[in-house]
Amino acid sequence: MIPFLTNLVNGISLGSVYAIIALGYSMVYGVAKMLNFAHGDVIMVAAYVSFTATQYWGVPPLVSVLMSMVVCTLLGITIEGLAYKPLRQAGSLAVLITAIGVSYLLQNLALLIWGANPKVFTSVVDFGGIRLFGGELVISDEIIVTIISGIAVMLLLTWFTGKTKMGRAMRAVSEDKGAAQLMGINVNFTISLTFAIGSFLAAIAGVLLCSSYNTLMPTTGSMPGIKAFTAAVFGGIGSIPGAMLGGLLLGLIEVFGGSYVSTELADALVFAVLIIILLLKPAGLLGKNVQEKV
Amino acid sequence: MKKFLACLTVLVMMCSFASALADEAFIIGCIGPTTKDYAQYGLAVENAAKLAAEEINALGGIQFTVIGEDDEADGEKAVYAYYDLMDKDMDILLGTVTSGACMAVADVAKEDRMFMLTPSASNDLVPDSGDQIFQVCFTDSNQGTLSAKWIKENRPDAKVGIIYNNAQDYSMSITASFETTAKEIGLEILAKAAFSDDSAANFSVQVQAMKNAGVDFVFLPIYYTPAITILTQAKAASYEPVYFGVDGMDGVLGVEGLDPALVEGVYMLTPFDATSSNPMTVNFVTKYVDQFGSVPNQFAADAYDGMYILKLAIETAGITPDMDYADICETLISTMTTISYDGITGSMSWTADGLATKLPSVVMINNGAYVTAQ
Repeated sequence: MIPFLTNLVNGISLGSVYAIIALGYSMVYGVAKMLNFAHGDVIMVAAYVSFTATQYWGVPPLVSVLMSMVVCTLLGITIEGLAYKPLRQAGSLAVLITAIGVSYLLQNLALLIWGANPKVFTSVVDFGGIRLFGGELVISDEIIVTIISGIAVMLLLTWFTGKTKMGRAMRAVSEDKGAAQLMGINVNFTISLTFAIGSFLAAIAGVLLCSSYNTLMPTTGSMPGIKAFTAAVFGGIGSIPGAMLGGLLLGLIEVFGGSYVSTELADALVFAVLIIILLLKPAGLLGKNVQEKV
Repeated sequence: MKKFLACLTVLVMMCSFASALADEAFIIGCIGPTTKDYAQYGLAVENAAKLAAEEINALGGIQFTVIGEDDEADGEKAVYAYYDLMDKDMDILLGTVTSGACMAVADVAKEDRMFMLTPSASNDLVPDSGDQIFQVCFTDSNQGTLSAKWIKENRPDAKVGIIYNNAQDYSMSITASFETTAKEIGLEILAKAAFSDDSAANFSVQVQAMKNAGVDFVFLPIYYTPAITILTQAKAASYEPVYFGVDGMDGVLGVEGLDPALVEGVYMLTPFDATSSNPMTVNFVTKYVDQFGSVPNQFAADAYDGMYILKLAIETAGITPDMDYADICETLISTMTTISYDGITGSMSWTADGLATKLPSVVMINNGAYVTAQ
């Protein structure tokens, strides 16, 4: 029973990180209709900013998190303005290739600035975690914070896209760009806003990811980025609850597959499940509900 | 017209002067991953090779020019890098850094007759991939065998488990030789858990597998980056066994941001100790830290030794830079087996297969420094 619970907690924790990253992918896809492959690398930048602030400038961990949120939000807006905005009318393939280019650019810039050696990222939370069943089940503080953040981010985003004016504008742009413009919505601003929010989420994800899995390298963001993209497709890309569900399921399948089937096959299992789901439901788990699109 | 002719003459003179200059130095190609996941190893080798070349050039005798190329630890890219270096008149190849890429390059270099001295490609198949390849490092199976024997002798009560990377030749071959030896000498392995580079962030499953099997001695035939993550996550899950790493663990103390308490008491195999008081080591480490701002790892030390081994072999054989690279290769092959070198990674000589006769020693991290393990 205890190993099962431990796996469950670990799975939810890993899934929450995937989910927060997937939310960023999904929102940007929903509004701008593009796959922002540089998203994973914004995560890496977030972690480096927090690392630099705490290690070199002696900033308290929580302040460093705020700093990386600001830096990443600005970075997201800059990337969008410089690399994607000029391609608004271009084909989707051109934008996709540009996104991959931005991803490489960020990785290599990080390599230049911070060097190739891995850094150890000190966790930004430290209250000892909780022990249940007489110390048998240990839930670390990172896990608790990650799960709470995941839920909070999802609730906030649902509220934002459902209740606020800007959120509704985002949904309108996602459904029909042309019609939205006719209704007086500033489409360019809305897309920039989406990138800002997406990158803000990436900052949260980056700090959480590196707090749990504490080594930091220029390529740190790429694999979680790809897995989160998978999660977004899994849950139905463009859908907020879909991204959340997809991320959680992906984390759970990875952990349970690893412990009960084989650690060698954990990744194969994740993607096998993905293929089966997509064969049965090509739009992803919650992808059918068009109204839910951001 | 006169002016033009004069210019032309000057130009021709300059060209011949330049080519004469180029012929005075040996051009050493250095291929390794200087970007992407394994960049810390490729950069270490290239930096150390250049540092050694500077020192050797300053002595005034043999002159080396080191040209580095990136291969991202990918076989195909390594072969392109090799062709590029051939265009730049490479005389000898110091490399490549990683085993997979090394074997890919060896296939081509064997036909071309290009001499290869790899600082760090430790896979067992590397020496077999060409008669012109020699290693500075010891081979992977050596490490697996030695680790199993050491544990059996010194920690007979250990309940052993292994966490390995099943997407990496290096980790797989050490694991295989460890298991083979363990079976022969009757060392029981209670649990085995794999991960891949793609899942090298979350180790909760592997840690849990060790914990459930009652393992108290974890063998980690992997590089230090995932090892740090494993140690941290195990600690967060209140699981603190004894860890035993191989040479990939070396360099862990130099990682920025690492809390040394995390790796206290970790065992590892290493041919190189950056904290050693050996004057050669002190000189190398001081210069390296000065120039590159970090403590050199074992890869850097192997490359540094590698350059001095080339110097020794070239001096012994009496090779000159104007010789054809194929002639240099044949001469070096016969010379390598006759020389022995005492460097910062230990004393070594070479078998005809290209294996270095060097054994790793077991060290333990004690108060943030290596001490010989008992």
